Amino acid sequence: MSLLDLFRKQPPSAPAARERLQILMAHERAGVRGPDYLPKLHKDLLRVCKKYMQISDDKVSVRVEELGNVSMLEVNIELPGGGAYAR
Amino acid sequence: MSKIIVMTSGKGGVGKTTSAASFAAGLALKGHKTVVVDFDVGLRNLDLVMGCERRVVFDFINVINGDARLKQALIRDKRVENLWILPTSQTRDKNALTKPGVERVLGALRQEFDFIICDSPAGIEKGALMALYFSDEAVIVTNPEISSVRDSDRILGVLASRSRRAELEMEPVKEHLLLTRYDLGRVETGEMLTVDDVMEILAIPLLGVVPESQSVLRASNLGSPVILDSASQPGQAYADAVGRFLGDSLEHRFLTAERRGIFQRLLRRSA
Repeated sequence: MSLLDLFRKQPPSAPAARERLQILMAHERAGVRGPDYLPKLHKDLLRVCKKYMQISDDKVSVRVEELGNVSMLEVNIELPGGGAYAR
Repeated sequence: MSKIIVMTSGKGGVGKTTSAASFAAGLALKGHKTVVVDFDVGLRNLDLVMGCERRVVFDFINVINGDARLKQALIRDKRVENLWILPTSQTRDKNALTKPGVERVLGALRQEFDFIICDSPAGIEKGALMALYFSDEAVIVTNPEISSVRDSDRILGVLASRSRRAELEMEPVKEHLLLTRYDLGRVETGEMLTVDDVMEILAIPLLGVVPESQSVLRASNLGSPVILDSASQPGQAYADAVGRFLGDSLEHRFLTAERRGIFQRLLRRSA
């Protein structure tokens, strides 16, 4: 530890806790409240994607978002290998 | 009309039993005939916190199995009038709590008591489900700490889907947030979630905030609900929470740190 560290204050950690919780809760609640077919849809999408690319399970996310009286299905598929649709 | 209230949290060690003991004592002090029931089969502790561990002869499971009458298992508190304890068993049998058995005992308690406080075990398995299943209201005991908040949210989900009220499509279980172990010093330095943070995330009404304090450990060492230590901040905070539960509008206390001079701080540190 350098002498400078003694005087440097660490940033407060509570805001990080709050933000992480908010993201997590939004995710978990969507999972709980979404339609029953969501997990199956997620699995099927993953299976289809795997036919065409090497992709890990956490790169496909499926969730339902409520916007007023409209429910929107949001599917995010992150392509492997970085930018410029490698491979 | 009697009410069944569950003290629950999902996570362990947040203060369910401490809160159940104090909440029950507080309701009894206000003149309501109250019983507090330990649902933590195999890990009985309410009797210790209430200071009646040496008076346990029969328990909740004996009554469910018909080995004892309810009157034989109920322990009358020696300090507070109107307050009774129904201890649980130390059996390791996970199936000791049956739904019909619990229903029968709670039904009999409803005939006698104004309030029935169910002290839930941690987790979301059988014991916890049994403790919340028949409840009319739920006090969600939460610490300002991420894993506790997440587990509280899970338990709220369970209450909304797996309680009797949910299954029968009755009016939902009324939810209350009780924030315990609130450390003002750490909140002020930005190292602990604030009341507002937790309320925003869980989105249920706040019943009370109990500050972190040595008097809670002291009370459990002595086997006396901390609410009876009316000079202590937690004692006052629990009394306020009970008042709010019964409909009083009381402002929340102990949400800002008292300013201490440097001299006092030095004294405190050396103490």
